Amino acid sequence: MSSTAQDVSGLPDSEKPLLTGNQTFASITATISGIVERKTPPIWYLALGAALSLLMVLFGSIGWLVYEGTGIWGLNNPVGWGWAIINFVWWVGIGHAGTLISAILFLLRQRWRTSINRFAEAMTLFAVSCALIFPAIHVGRVWVVYWTFPVPNQMGMWPNFRSPLLWDVFAVSTYFTASLLFWYTGLIPDLATFRDRAKTKIKKFVFGILSVGWRGGNRQWKHYELAYLILAGISTPLVLSVHSVVSTDFAVSILPGWHTTIFPPYFVAGAIFSGFAMVVTLTIIARKIFGLENMITVNHLEKMNKIILLTGSMVGYAYGMEFFIAWYSGNIYEQFTFINRAFGQYGWAYWIMVSYNVLVPQLFWFKKLRTSVPVMFVASLFINVGMWFERFVIVVSSLAQDFLPANWDYYSPTIWDVATFVGSFGLFFTLFLLFIRFLPMISMAEVKTVLPEADPHYVAPGTKGGHHE
Amino acid sequence: MSDATQNIEGVLAEFKSPSDLYHAAEKVRDAGYKNFDCHSPFPIHGMDGAMGLKRSPLGWIVGLAALVGTSSALGLQWWASTIEYPIIISGKPFFSFQAYLPITFALGVLLSAFAALIGMLVLNGLPRFFHPVFYSDMFAKVTDDGFFVSVEAADPKFDSNQTRAFLESIGGTNVEVLQKS
Repeated sequence: MSSTAQDVSGLPDSEKPLLTGNQTFASITATISGIVERKTPPIWYLALGAALSLLMVLFGSIGWLVYEGTGIWGLNNPVGWGWAIINFVWWVGIGHAGTLISAILFLLRQRWRTSINRFAEAMTLFAVSCALIFPAIHVGRVWVVYWTFPVPNQMGMWPNFRSPLLWDVFAVSTYFTASLLFWYTGLIPDLATFRDRAKTKIKKFVFGILSVGWRGGNRQWKHYELAYLILAGISTPLVLSVHSVVSTDFAVSILPGWHTTIFPPYFVAGAIFSGFAMVVTLTIIARKIFGLENMITVNHLEKMNKIILLTGSMVGYAYGMEFFIAWYSGNIYEQFTFINRAFGQYGWAYWIMVSYNVLVPQLFWFKKLRTSVPVMFVASLFINVGMWFERFVIVVSSLAQDFLPANWDYYSPTIWDVATFVGSFGLFFTLFLLFIRFLPMISMAEVKTVLPEADPHYVAPGTKGGHHE
Repeated sequence: MSDATQNIEGVLAEFKSPSDLYHAAEKVRDAGYKNFDCHSPFPIHGMDGAMGLKRSPLGWIVGLAALVGTSSALGLQWWASTIEYPIIISGKPFFSFQAYLPITFALGVLLSAFAALIGMLVLNGLPRFFHPVFYSDMFAKVTDDGFFVSVEAADPKFDSNQTRAFLESIGGTNVEVLQKS
C-alpha cells in the first residue's frame, strides 16, 4: 500500500480500508502474535487475581447452595424464578453477538467482522459457560441434573420432550458445543502460526498438537473453507433458535406478561443487542490495552454501534407492542400486568430498562457520538445493565403479582443471589484473561484476507496491469 | 541415482505474493502435475480453479450427519414418549411431533457441527504431524507471509532436477529439494 492510500478521509465508509497503519501480512502476524509472545504484563496478573477471587465467590456460593438448598436465595411464593433465570437469560443473550458476528455476518460477506470475530466467539463461549451454571444449579439438587438428559436409568423414567425447559437443555448445550467447534475450526490456521513461531519446546509441542499438522495447502483450504461455511450456515439458524427456545420457557406458560407470541423475535433482538454491547465494552478495553487501534478501528466500532441502534430500536418496538397487545387483547389480567409493570412496585426497574435500552442507543443516530470511544463505552455499559433489568422485569414483575391478590408478594434478592451473579463474572473474566494471554485474540488468517494484496488479481499501485490468460 | 534412493520426497518453491502463487498454480496444473499443493497463510480466492481441484464433498458428509441427527432425535422422542414411557401431559397426543421439533433441530445441528469439523480433518488427512514440507526451514513462513508450491515425489511426472528447473522457470525462488537429512 502506498502512503497516499492512507488518505481516506474523503472516501465513503464502504471504500475505506478496513485496517489502518500500512499493514502487511507479516505486520498482522507480528502484531497479533506479539500480544501473546511478549512478557506477561503485571496488570494481567492483577486482573487474573481479581477474576480468580470472584471465581472463588462463585464456587463458595454454589457450595453453600448445594449444601443448604435454594432457600438461601430470595425466592418466595409466588416468585419461584429469580436471579438464577435472569442471569441465565442475560448471559446466553450476550453470547448471541459472537455467533452473529462469526456466522451471520460471514454469510452476509461483511468482511469487517474478521477483526472482531475471534474475540466475540470467545466471548460467546465464556458467556454461555456462565449461563449454563444457572439452570444447572437452580434445580437445587444438583446431583440429579442428569435427569434432564434422556439417559436410561433405574427409575425407568424419561424426560418430558414436550417441555420448553427440556428444549432449553438441548438448545443451549448444542449451542455451546457447536460454538466451540466453530471457534476451534477458525483457530486451526492461527494455532499453526503459533506452532511455527514457537521458541520453547513446550509451546512447540502444545501448539503442534492443537494445530493438527496444518500446512496451509490449498488442498486443505478447500475442505476447510467449506467446513467453515457449513458451520456458519448451521450456526445461523441455531443462534436464532436458541433464544427463541429460551423465550418459550416463558411464552408457553399461561402467565400474563409471559404468554405472548412476540417473545421469540423480541428475545433474539434483545440478545443480539446486549451481546453487541458486551463486545463493544470488551473490545474497547482490549484494543486500548494491547494497542490494536489499527486492527479494530473506530470504523469497526461504529458498525457495531449501528447494529446496537438497530436492535435497540427493535427492542423498543417490542416494549411498545407488548403494551398495545395488552390493551388490544381486552384481557384484564394482561392489561393489569402491563400497567403494573410500568407503574407498580417494580416500576423503577421498568423505567431503568426503558431508558437504558431504548433511549441510550438513540445517541447513535449521531455520527459524532457513535464514533466517540468514551461515549460508546459508557453507552455499552448502560445497555448491559439495561438488558439485565429487562429480564428482571419480565421474570419478577409478572410472577410477583399474578391472578389472585392474595398471592402477591415482593421479591428481593439475598446476598447469595448477588454473590452467585457477581461470581459468574469471575468465571467469565478468568476464561477471558486466559484466552487473551495464550491464544490469538484476532483471527490472523482471516484478517490477512481483507488486505487488497490478498486478492490474486491485485495489481500493486504504480505497476502495469497483470496479465490474464 | 534415482530420487527414491536419495530419500527425496518432493520439491518446494517460494513465490512472492498471492497473485504469483495463483499464476504459478495454473502453470503447474497445465504442465500436468497432479500431486502438488499451493501453500498460503490464508485461503486464496479462485485457487481451486487455478489448481484444477474439484469441489469438496464435505457437504454430503454433513448432510448425512444432519439426517442421522434429526431422524435419531425424532426417533428417540417418539420411542420414549409413546412406547417406553407413555404419559399424558396436558391432554396432548403421545406423539405430539410439533413439540419435538426444537430438539430434533438441535440434534441435527449438533451432529452436523461435529461432522463438519471431523469430516474436514479426515478429508485433509489430519491430524498428521509430519509431512515432507516440514523438512524445509523456510516453510515456517507459510503461516505468516510465505507462499509456496510443493510437488511431491509421488507425482508420476516428478523428477527432482526437472521439477526444480520447472519451478524456477515459472518464477519460484528459494527452490528446495525436500530430502531427509
